Amino acid sequence: MSVLVFIEAKSKVSKAALEAVSYGSKIGSTTVITYGNINEQELTVIGEYGAEKILVNRSLNESNDQQLTNLISAAVDHTGADVVVISQDQTGKSIGPRVAAKLNAGHVSGAISLPETANGFVVNTNVFSGKAMAKITVHSDKKVISLLPNSHAPVKTNGSATVEEFNADLGEGRIIVKELKTQGEGIPLPEAELVVSAGRGLKGPENWGIVEDLASTIGATTACSRPVSDIGWRPHHEHVGQTGIAIRPNLYIAAGISGAIQHLAGVNGSKVIVVINTDSEAPFFKAADYGIIGDAFEVLPRLNEAFKKFQSSQN
Amino acid sequence: MKLLVCISKAPDTTAKISFSDNDTKFNESGVQYIVNPYDEWYALVRALEIVEKNGGTVTTITVGSSADDPTIRKALAIGANDAVRIDSEALDASYVAKQIAEYAKDKEFDIILTGKETINYNGAQVGGMIAENLNQPFISLATKLEIEGNTATLERDVQGGTEVLETQTPFVLSASKGMAEQRIPNMRGIMAARTKPLNVIPAIEIENLTSVLSYSLPDAKSGCKYIDPENMDELVDLLHNEAKVI
Repeated sequence: MSVLVFIEAKSKVSKAALEAVSYGSKIGSTTVITYGNINEQELTVIGEYGAEKILVNRSLNESNDQQLTNLISAAVDHTGADVVVISQDQTGKSIGPRVAAKLNAGHVSGAISLPETANGFVVNTNVFSGKAMAKITVHSDKKVISLLPNSHAPVKTNGSATVEEFNADLGEGRIIVKELKTQGEGIPLPEAELVVSAGRGLKGPENWGIVEDLASTIGATTACSRPVSDIGWRPHHEHVGQTGIAIRPNLYIAAGISGAIQHLAGVNGSKVIVVINTDSEAPFFKAADYGIIGDAFEVLPRLNEAFKKFQSSQN
Repeated sequence: MKLLVCISKAPDTTAKISFSDNDTKFNESGVQYIVNPYDEWYALVRALEIVEKNGGTVTTITVGSSADDPTIRKALAIGANDAVRIDSEALDASYVAKQIAEYAKDKEFDIILTGKETINYNGAQVGGMIAENLNQPFISLATKLEIEGNTATLERDVQGGTEVLETQTPFVLSASKGMAEQRIPNMRGIMAARTKPLNVIPAIEIENLTSVLSYSLPDAKSGCKYIDPENMDELVDLLHNEAKVI
């Protein structure tokens, strides 16, 4: 099968993008389509994760859903790709369905496994906000797969890809970007491997220092429960759960969160869950791998110190 | 302004998820349906706020059977002017998007709003597909919408931040948290909803491109290992040597 992987690499190729490249290369011969001022070094990295060829469009500089759709569609025509793979990050959510509609291709949203092709073309996906999985059969000849971040570990192959400039008629962009407000340097939540999260048990926004300290020690991204973002203690983009962001980190540490079913829905894709709560009856312990019945105000700083001790012993 | 809001039903957020018919169907027994929260709290409410300020109408549209009518009435009770139901099972996202685009193509809606995703399928697909089918811009994961004449200013979530952007009507958006606040329908709204028009129209004949083969539930956790709150060295050791995540 011939595969086309779209990646967005504004400054640096993200882990989610490398996951998509690596995933594509497991399906078939993979060409990457990207755009903008991507540098040589980043192009080399893409080759190291399984791409055979990279098409770069230098005329486009900002993410515009209609122009990107035209670019990807032109690249599909150019390569004859059967399968298009897009990481389901924010850009992916904007263009994945649009590309599928343009190609009249079946779209698999939230893919968490490689396709099974023994009997048709079947991909496992996340549904019911992480409470269940669904195997989706794609009936059309062309297929578009939106891959959930943190679902496919990228594998370095030490290959290298040829690079070609790629021009196509992209049409007009009808969205004008006025401003980009960044959230800072941290790893965005959907891509984070380590997440430290806290809830109402922290009693007030002024107490988040102990959460941030622990996160900074281990290089984790911070998150929070819905009530905490609703009352404005923490920004909305930190809210994980059924109506916030669904995440799948390797480690999720939750302090002062009782674990309502709506919260669990957003985090139960985590590989390992650590729960810290004073209430031994908190439902979250049922979903936890490791539980600490104790006060977050004492446990978090102690855990922070333990991690620091561990890190210095590793050096 | 003429606004169209796509409404889907979804199981209540506390519903127990299980499957029947050899794991090929969602088990609906005992499940209470609600309007998908993203459709209701954010897309519908923001649409209502816009017409309250600028004048106009809000129509809701749903692809579904009569089983969807109670949730459609709820949307009318919150304040939509009228509702359309395309009478068909929602076979997949492309099917739903083509049905809605077919209905909308000659009605000159200024904005078509969807929730960012449903909480049952989490596909986040229908908005982008409608936009492509109608050749309109699509603003995904929008958290703010202001409109002045034909010019809309929006904010949306992008990788690592928020983008402020401008576009012209007509366009399609998917609404995310921050767009509006939930509204509870009052008794007057509920009474009025009974007599508001709910037009049931036939579906066009098209094929779905995907289907669900089977469902499964994640493996249950083997049980929680409790650690002494005084002994965080032990937890770090377990995370390193047993769980291997550090």
